[in-house]
Amino acid sequence: MGKTIKLKKGFNINIMGKPQKTLANDFTARTFAIKPTDFKGIAPIPKMLVQVGEEVKAGTPLFFDKKNPDIKYVAPVSGEIAEIKRGEKRAIIEVIILADNNIQFRPIEKVAINQIGREELVQHMMSNGCWPFLTQRPYGIIADPQEVPKAIFISGFDTSPLAPDYNFAVVGQKEYLQTGIDVLSILSGGKVHLSLNGNTQNPSELTSLSKVDIHSVSGPHPAGNVGVQIHHIDPINKGDIVWTIRLQDVIALGRVYKDGQYNTERFISLGGPPVKNAQHFKTYIGASIENMVKNNLKDDHVRYIDGSVLSGTKMEPTGHLGFYENQISVIEEGDKHEMFGWIWSSYPRPSASKAFFSSLFGGKNQEFNVNTNTHGEKRALVVTGQYEKVVPMDLHPMQLIKSIMFGDLDQMEGLGIYEVLEEDLALCEFVCTSKNPVQKVLRDGLDMMREQG
Amino acid sequence: MQALRNFLDSIEPAFKKNKFLHTVYDGFDTFLFAPKETTQGPGVHIRDGIDLKRTMVLVVLALQACLLFGMWNVGHQHYTALGLYPGLGEALFTKFSYGLLQMLPIIIVTHLVGLGIEFFFAAQKGHPIEEGFLVSAMLIPLIMPPDIPLWILSLAIAFAVIIAKEAFGGTGMNILNIALTARVFIFFAYPTEISGDTCWVAYDYNFLHKLFGMEGGTLQALGMAAVPEGGWISRVVDGFSGATPLGLAAKGGWDAVANATLPNGTAQYSLSNMFFGIIPGSIGETSKPAILIGLGMLIMSGIASWRIMLSMLAGAVVTGLLFNVIGGNAFMAVPFYYHLIIGSFLFAMVYMATDPVTAAQTQTGKLIYGFMIGVIGMIVRVLNPAYPEGWMLAILFLNVFAPTIDYFIYQRNIQRRLKRA
Repeated sequence: MGKTIKLKKGFNINIMGKPQKTLANDFTARTFAIKPTDFKGIAPIPKMLVQVGEEVKAGTPLFFDKKNPDIKYVAPVSGEIAEIKRGEKRAIIEVIILADNNIQFRPIEKVAINQIGREELVQHMMSNGCWPFLTQRPYGIIADPQEVPKAIFISGFDTSPLAPDYNFAVVGQKEYLQTGIDVLSILSGGKVHLSLNGNTQNPSELTSLSKVDIHSVSGPHPAGNVGVQIHHIDPINKGDIVWTIRLQDVIALGRVYKDGQYNTERFISLGGPPVKNAQHFKTYIGASIENMVKNNLKDDHVRYIDGSVLSGTKMEPTGHLGFYENQISVIEEGDKHEMFGWIWSSYPRPSASKAFFSSLFGGKNQEFNVNTNTHGEKRALVVTGQYEKVVPMDLHPMQLIKSIMFGDLDQMEGLGIYEVLEEDLALCEFVCTSKNPVQKVLRDGLDMMREQG
Repeated sequence: MQALRNFLDSIEPAFKKNKFLHTVYDGFDTFLFAPKETTQGPGVHIRDGIDLKRTMVLVVLALQACLLFGMWNVGHQHYTALGLYPGLGEALFTKFSYGLLQMLPIIIVTHLVGLGIEFFFAAQKGHPIEEGFLVSAMLIPLIMPPDIPLWILSLAIAFAVIIAKEAFGGTGMNILNIALTARVFIFFAYPTEISGDTCWVAYDYNFLHKLFGMEGGTLQALGMAAVPEGGWISRVVDGFSGATPLGLAAKGGWDAVANATLPNGTAQYSLSNMFFGIIPGSIGETSKPAILIGLGMLIMSGIASWRIMLSMLAGAVVTGLLFNVIGGNAFMAVPFYYHLIIGSFLFAMVYMATDPVTAAQTQTGKLIYGFMIGVIGMIVRVLNPAYPEGWMLAILFLNVFAPTIDYFIYQRNIQRRLKRA
């Protein structure tokens, strides 16, 4: 039986341009890309298996990491390799595919999952491209095939600003979800956990799944973060390893084992104040956003974000969706001076503090037009208790960040660094009065811990 | 507005040549215009509207009621001592002007010395100027006796900013509350200036008063030809004492407070006089309504921790009740609620104990920290014969202990995490 978890701490940033529960008509992306930089823990120059000009099918291996040659990273669609983009020190940053009009799938050898052993299943997943769906905590890296995780966690909803609606995306996917869960239950050394939004009515596609513990989690963001859910369901202790997988990747995994096709079709949301028609798009992993945003913006001095405004990555208007991202956010650039802006704000802005008239009297439903301005400069940490209010975990985020700053590994471990990834403390960075780079510091800390092994 | 912006941009290169000048330029530039800096990532793309400037300035604004009332009260006490305008509504403008002119040099010197040192250190370190001192610079004048000599004030501020703050790494790194460090410096180095019966009322006229003819006005009103030989303090009317209730209570028990009268025969320390703050004392901390206005602003805006305030109140009340029960002497028998309106309890609770840098940082730690301040402050106030008031010392004491309190809270969290494995 699942748990019912009610979280109070956290903060919902109410941004204009929320994606509507509609699906864009006739949307197709021309190019798709797989970015080796999305996979944490692999070397910057993977071994390429394809060349520019080569034809690939959906599921054709593109490259692998030399340390783990069995794990293949595959093409999400069929078409021609258009470009292999390199960045600094010749690191490969993007493998771009010019997609066919009709996607062709590389046939995957069918296996009966209830008849093969775990070992065989792991081998199969590594070769067919499904393995990178699995992320390992601590550290948020590609799952290590040598390990058996104590549990696998799936978050069934996303609470981040402008997030896609998974309840909308899973409609009609019941069988694939169940097959995906079946596969995961073989991989997991313990249980498979799925958390559903306790604030809404969830579809039967999710509530009727078997071989999985279904939990109800409610509260403001980051209640939908799998890290927060793990903390309340079965926390990560020293030496523990858990895996996580995103809900739409479970569907893709199910399709591989049910249909024998690497079919990553999924819903992506596009949202933000400058977006004319904020809604969902049906596409595959790595889609170019060009056709989503073209003629769909009210303004062109904007920032395109692969992911959420809290922990996504800046991208070009012709860029491609990240491997693990389900949303594209567009917001105004805020590179403008504001006279006496620190005391007299010339436009309403979201704040978790109560130091603005809008946050005192604006009401819960006030939506904000946000921009990228920092609204102040970086300062020493002065205000206390602020981070704690937005992290619904038994954790002292400010002290954890400080222990990373002064490099105290014992304290980092003791205060729970294994339990968090950047996205879990992203709100701390947002609310920080002193404008500190919390997520970057946390990543430094995680890297430090990983190096120490 | 755009013209001003363009002007600032055009003069920046000239200031860039010198480290100190550029720090000053940057300080004023960011004061006039919030910077156009944007988020760069990796990390968040949007930031909360709040920043340290706004936070600090809201605290400064929350202190304005205390400041304004303090100005009037400084004047009122001055003229009361000289036997002039005893009515509360009388000579409002004169009293306020006296207080304003008495305080202007104090406020200006505080900012010049403190900010000067801050600017210097910021330039040395190549850092932007941190806003922390803006609050300290507002607090310091309010916790000083009204006739504090400016040179002593300057020394105290230099001591506090250099030793208590910059030596520890600047804003956010200090162990001790800056304003209280400045005050405690005077308390131990120049005790006669900040304790006793005569320092809590401004008797004399400074150069500004003279410039605006206020001394002449008083001479005229009193029908005198020249300033008395022993200074104005020698001209104090019979029956006026500038002793504070705590000074009286420490010496003569509570009876001395209850029996203190003003020249016109009314009680000097009636409940209402003490509540409204029409009594001698440090400049900004006498008026409880003014402090409560600030308290409201700080709680509403969420800037000051209600946990610290509430637990400090609880600590003081519990200790006060305990003293009442024991009742060893007249002072111990003073009803506990009197303690909340006499002396600087409320001011210390709202503005001093809540300093986030020097207080405990954990939510539970804040409760312990506040409660302990309440207990220790009362012990110093009531039981210690040497120090009439306890909050300054209690807060500084707990400032030192705050990291230890937090340490145990963190340790408990670490133990919990180990246990569940």
